[in-house]
Amino acid sequence: METTDALKAKPVYLNLGPSHPAMHGTLRLFCELDGEVIVRAVPEFGYLHRGFEKHCENSTWTQVIPYTDRLNYVSPMMNNVGYCKAVEELIGIQIPERAQVIRVIICEMNRIIDHLVATGTNVVDIGALTNFWYYFNVREKFYNLIEKMCGARLTTAYTRIGGVMRDLPPNFDAELRQYIVELDQAIKDVSGLLNKNKIFLNRTVGVGVISKQDAIDHGFTGPCLRATGVAYDIRKTEPYYGYETYDFEVVVAEHGDTYDRIVLRFEEMRQSVRILEQALKRLKPGPIMTDDRRVALPPKVEVYTSIEGLMNHFKLIYEGIRPPAGEIYSCTEAANGELGFYIVSGGEGHPYRVKCRAPCFPIYQAYPKMIEGRMIADAIAVLGGLNIVAGELDR
Amino acid sequence: MCLEILKTAFPDAVLEAALGRGQAVARVKPDRLLEVLRFCKQDPRLQMDFLMDVVAVDFLQESPRFEVLYILYSLLHNHRLRIKVRVDDGQSLPSAIEIWKSADWAEREIWDMMGIPFEGHPNLKRILMYEGFQGHPLRKDYKMEKRQEIPEIQEIPD
Repeated sequence: METTDALKAKPVYLNLGPSHPAMHGTLRLFCELDGEVIVRAVPEFGYLHRGFEKHCENSTWTQVIPYTDRLNYVSPMMNNVGYCKAVEELIGIQIPERAQVIRVIICEMNRIIDHLVATGTNVVDIGALTNFWYYFNVREKFYNLIEKMCGARLTTAYTRIGGVMRDLPPNFDAELRQYIVELDQAIKDVSGLLNKNKIFLNRTVGVGVISKQDAIDHGFTGPCLRATGVAYDIRKTEPYYGYETYDFEVVVAEHGDTYDRIVLRFEEMRQSVRILEQALKRLKPGPIMTDDRRVALPPKVEVYTSIEGLMNHFKLIYEGIRPPAGEIYSCTEAANGELGFYIVSGGEGHPYRVKCRAPCFPIYQAYPKMIEGRMIADAIAVLGGLNIVAGELDR
Repeated sequence: MCLEILKTAFPDAVLEAALGRGQAVARVKPDRLLEVLRFCKQDPRLQMDFLMDVVAVDFLQESPRFEVLYILYSLLHNHRLRIKVRVDDGQSLPSAIEIWKSADWAEREIWDMMGIPFEGHPNLKRILMYEGFQGHPLRKDYKMEKRQEIPEIQEIPD
């Protein structure tokens, strides 16, 4: 047959995004299509680049915390924790017991919120709207609780270097326990709608597969790596805040496709609930901020009655914290994977260099390979499963 | 442990090897960089299968000016290692893309933000900033207040 060449259609170029509801933020994808099949895809991003790292170099150590909210804005408190943990390790201070438990609680709450958004919006993109409402109903409750904790829903800036901003609100325990029950029901409802749903299975099983080896090579971490069968979770491998004493399991799947990435997140939320239940039992009254005067403001009584207290207060406000010169790489298990901060201090009131290792960044690099040879509709399904958040991708 | 292995394998290429705040850091000669990185990945005692990130730091007052570091992690042994090199402005580094695929965008980001070129990189162009942006914004001599013209939205060239 000599006609195959003649029959071949001219390639069509399609531009997706950067402002498109299915492109989750400001991602842009340029596709070469053959019919409806993607032959080649080139992602472009940076539309949400705010110069996070440059800003850090020109802010005091404490002023960086609000910037970190805007990295992965779906789970802002985890970025707060990640940054503060790095600075605390740089200075070499321990935070009090209660602050550690609070940080575990906010991390797991934010992991749940993040997974609710990731899976909720992913299934909306492939046409299943009801699940989204089930999930966002309960997500709203968690957000109300976060609002009570720090006065903001998204721009939380809840942690401080050396502890957390303020103590948990009254009745926190009972409210959280109630929402956990509601969350469990929501996961049951959504699983009931999806598990044997033919349309859902057709759209996700075997779509956007990545092998174990490829995932490691690309630097995948978090749920996307665990979906390929690698049990890498920093909460287990390099535990912090006493994670080694909590009883929970690292969830792994085996195929590394979109289905696995969604269902794995369901199960991870259940594990987070287990951690939350244990953490609530461990909440004992105590200080929420270290009393190390290099980082913590002195009590008001001292500021008003002694010159040392007053000077200490002014120094910390005007000049800021001054970690000793040196460098540190510190990582936490964020909702998307390894959130690392590489920080260089010159011994001054502001960081010399802050590099944020965003978990999305290496994951998104593999995205074109995962969708080439598949339909446009698959590209949308895969993107949601990877949970690319432009705020942390572009920084 | 990692540092001992590295020092005995490359006595002449490893310039410094020390624990800083409990983290293993080794500084190597730039011309031996690829060799060391490949060894880190392939040697069964190290087996650094993850390249977590590549970071560049601009020490404006020092010479050589830039420090580039590779943050490695081994899944099997659960240990981390940072390999550092120093380069001057205008000097290039070999690309580690053949060893880890994750080096691709990480190196593009460094080129974009710091202006350190990577030899052998198949697609070394800007990643966060747009083509036509002047300068490299994370260099210490790039002023915060500097403003540039807002570009027209462009076709993605390739």
